Amino acid sequence: MSSAFTRSDTSVVGRWWWTVDRWLLVSSGALIVIGMILTLAAGPPAAERIGADTYHFVRKQSVFLPVAIAVMLGISLLPALWIRRVAVVGLFGAFMMMFGTLLLGAEINGAQRWLRLGGLSIQPSEFIKPFFVVVSAWLFSLSRTTEGVPGNTIALGCLMMVCAVLLSQPDVGMTMVVVSVWCAQFFLAGLPIFWVVLIAFAGLGALVSAYFLFPHVASRVDRFLDPASGDTYQVTQAIRAFQNGGLFGRGPGEGRVKEELPDAHTDFIFAVAGEEFGVLLCLVVVALFGFLVLRAMIKVLREDNLFILLAVGGLAVQFGLQSIINMASSLHMMPTKGMTLPFISYGGSSMLALAIGMGMILSLTRRRRDMEGLRT
Amino acid sequence: MKVWPKGNRNIDFVYPGEDIQSAPKARVTLVGETQRAVEIGRARLMVTAGLFTFAFLSISVRLVDLMVLNGALDTGPTYNAANNQPAPTFRSDIVDREGRTIATTLPTANLYANATEIIDATVAAEALISVLPGLDRADLTRRLESNQRFVYLRRHLTPSEQIAVNTLGIPGLYFEESERRIYPYGPLYSHVVGATDPDNRGIAGLELTFDKTLSQRPAALELSLDSGVQNAVRETLQAAMDRFKATGAAGVVMDARTGEILSLVSLPDFDPKDNGRADTDRQFNRATLGLYEMGSTFKLFTAAMALELGVIAMDSVYDARTPLTVARYTIDDYHAEKRWLTVPEILIHSSNIGAAKIALDAGTPAQQNFLHQLGLLSPLDLELPEIASPMFPAVWREINTVTISYGHGIAVTPVHVASAISAMVNGGILNRPTLLRRDIVHDEDRTRVISEATSKQVRSLMRLVVTEGSGKQAEVRGYVVGGKTGSAEKLDSAGEYSETQIRTSFVAAFPMHAPRYVVLVLLDEPKGLKETFNYTTAGWNAAPTVGRIVAEIAPMLGVYPTTKQPMAPELGTLIEASARISEMALAPAGTGFGGDRAAE
Repeated sequence: MSSAFTRSDTSVVGRWWWTVDRWLLVSSGALIVIGMILTLAAGPPAAERIGADTYHFVRKQSVFLPVAIAVMLGISLLPALWIRRVAVVGLFGAFMMMFGTLLLGAEINGAQRWLRLGGLSIQPSEFIKPFFVVVSAWLFSLSRTTEGVPGNTIALGCLMMVCAVLLSQPDVGMTMVVVSVWCAQFFLAGLPIFWVVLIAFAGLGALVSAYFLFPHVASRVDRFLDPASGDTYQVTQAIRAFQNGGLFGRGPGEGRVKEELPDAHTDFIFAVAGEEFGVLLCLVVVALFGFLVLRAMIKVLREDNLFILLAVGGLAVQFGLQSIINMASSLHMMPTKGMTLPFISYGGSSMLALAIGMGMILSLTRRRRDMEGLRT
Repeated sequence: MKVWPKGNRNIDFVYPGEDIQSAPKARVTLVGETQRAVEIGRARLMVTAGLFTFAFLSISVRLVDLMVLNGALDTGPTYNAANNQPAPTFRSDIVDREGRTIATTLPTANLYANATEIIDATVAAEALISVLPGLDRADLTRRLESNQRFVYLRRHLTPSEQIAVNTLGIPGLYFEESERRIYPYGPLYSHVVGATDPDNRGIAGLELTFDKTLSQRPAALELSLDSGVQNAVRETLQAAMDRFKATGAAGVVMDARTGEILSLVSLPDFDPKDNGRADTDRQFNRATLGLYEMGSTFKLFTAAMALELGVIAMDSVYDARTPLTVARYTIDDYHAEKRWLTVPEILIHSSNIGAAKIALDAGTPAQQNFLHQLGLLSPLDLELPEIASPMFPAVWREINTVTISYGHGIAVTPVHVASAISAMVNGGILNRPTLLRRDIVHDEDRTRVISEATSKQVRSLMRLVVTEGSGKQAEVRGYVVGGKTGSAEKLDSAGEYSETQIRTSFVAAFPMHAPRYVVLVLLDEPKGLKETFNYTTAGWNAAPTVGRIVAEIAPMLGVYPTTKQPMAPELGTLIEASARISEMALAPAGTGFGGDRAAE
């Protein structure tokens, strides 16, 4: 790898280049490139459906992408202490925006999730995720490393507030992800096994009550368990697309499912990938996600700083969970849940939030000589 | 400046002043609680990583299975749907008791346009009209120019129309699979089946009552009706309506033993395929929704009640020499016999005075109780949405008891009467009437209302009305018909009983020695004819109509004619008694207060 930077370059960028984990960088880049290609494939039919011009989504995505990449790299330049500061401020900001959404948000598909800022529609709940993960990591680590700080309690309070706002939108899927990631972090932070089991059961209970409390959740689960019971149009179309794809796919632009699926460019983009590019590309995508998640986790296995371990672990879990839910949904391995495929699905807020998360992973997994102000 | 050789990263050597990035891993020895926490965190992170590995591997396996091994496991409903096999969602059939199709569903195609794809609306409209002449040019052009992605042009194309449209090759036209409700019998079952809207949802009749069942259950809905009987009743009623220039008619045939309705006709009617667009008079179901004062028919209930209670016997006699005065009303018989009458004679001559006196002897509570038992004071209990609740006095005074004894001051539906008469003749059991095929009458659907003995006596009375009284024209040789006429003046718009408008009915059962079927005919405002000597009473129009219906349906229903005249022997003397006045005119006595119309 030839480089413009020498080891002795002590500028911020030079130091970054030598310390950042290039494997993570490369695999994120690969996902972004694949995502751009797939948006080219799935975007035009979706744009046509909403009556916009053909390259509406492609154009918007090509504006989001550079911004997202810049944000990701920019954040990865920050030292660990700054990551924590950014997360605290970011969480507060996102939280305020969520309240704003509830007050003056636009209702789309029966839920208030979007905030209009100038010409942009922003989904603040997406941004809550990475910031909340880092803040939780900090709180959990505080309670283990510093006497007298009730970190766990504060973390629980934060979780409840976030959940309350998310559920009032209502956004059950997002709530489930946030809670799952929070629980995973608590698990990593040394939650006694008794509590782990208890929370696992509570999680099951929460799923069951979501089934009974939210009719649309119930209908999705019913349709998953018994496809004959209702409209499974999207997922049957997706399955058909995968079957059509076969080993090598029908070829770029030859897919049909994207013309029939309303969410082909977002929640079901994996099906478009399968139909046009075949099982090989799908496996590459799965491998890239798996690699990213595992690489991030392995990187912090040698980590002595509990905050970094929890933050990177949590961000990796969030990233992995989201990709697994999306892929498993379109493969009919679980009830359909509207969730974007990280870096690949169309969507500005989601893309930006994931870029922030990945930037934080990149930053926190950089090799450090000192703790940059962080106590162990 | 120094570039470090690639393989040389871990050299444990640092030049002073140089910033070192790849410092060797300093195994900081952590202490106490913090160290323990990090150790646990590492161990658990391994577990988490393991779980994620498993999840990603599962997804890979599923991908290979689905895409390379072609999802052999993925059969079942998902597979079918994925192959665009339309699920059979057709609305199920309605059939008569013999399994003949009354309503069915056929697949059709709806023609729609994606107007944004239409190149030239005028040309396309021109071409479409050439193959679908029913379309309106202006409207069609407007739709094709609407710039909407989905606009219906015409529903329910036949296959040949579909081919014709396809052959035109106009881009932007599409077909949508659809279904259409078909009623092969046309208007024959109009009021029974009701109608569906263009989306095949029931909006009236049984289509509405059983909307959910029909759209979910694959098996056909089996009715108690018989198409042959239904057709005979409708044809005969229509002929009677035309002949007597009646404004409306209703006909009911009921199986006296089970309460099953074999025929239910209300005229004028409509064709169910018109989706309920017929006018209200046609849609009005006179048999179940129409409330009518049934007139003298009610004298049968009065007699049955008194016989059952032991208030009278068949040979009880009543003084009908002078009109009866109750409150400020005078009750009179139009064709007054002006003598003492036995119970059969009261029925034969349809004496209002006699019926009133019987009712007064039994008493108001007994009358109320009996009519209630017969279901004549409760809403009609039938599977149709179009059912009525009887009208009767809120405060039941003596005068009401008197008028109700001969069927005035109380209004019920024809099916109410057919059902109650079934109980009178079948041995005393009231069956809940039904339009559905009923092989066994469950206990909750049947109640005893009179004894076998009383039922037998009522049968004799009904038979006598036909052999000796106002119902002679209902007789069909060999089928031993029995029945009772009822003629009532209609209330005019001012709420007064009309002198000229009359509603006649005849309710009959046959064969009287072992009644199987009850037949009821009601004619609205029949006119007098030369052949009827301008009489408009029930004996001249409703009774012969019933006779014609019996003659047609009895052979269909497997009732064998008999050459005997089966009659209870103890009634012989009574028949002789009435034989003395058998030369009397067919339509008998009238009334002073809203009673039977005079037959003169």
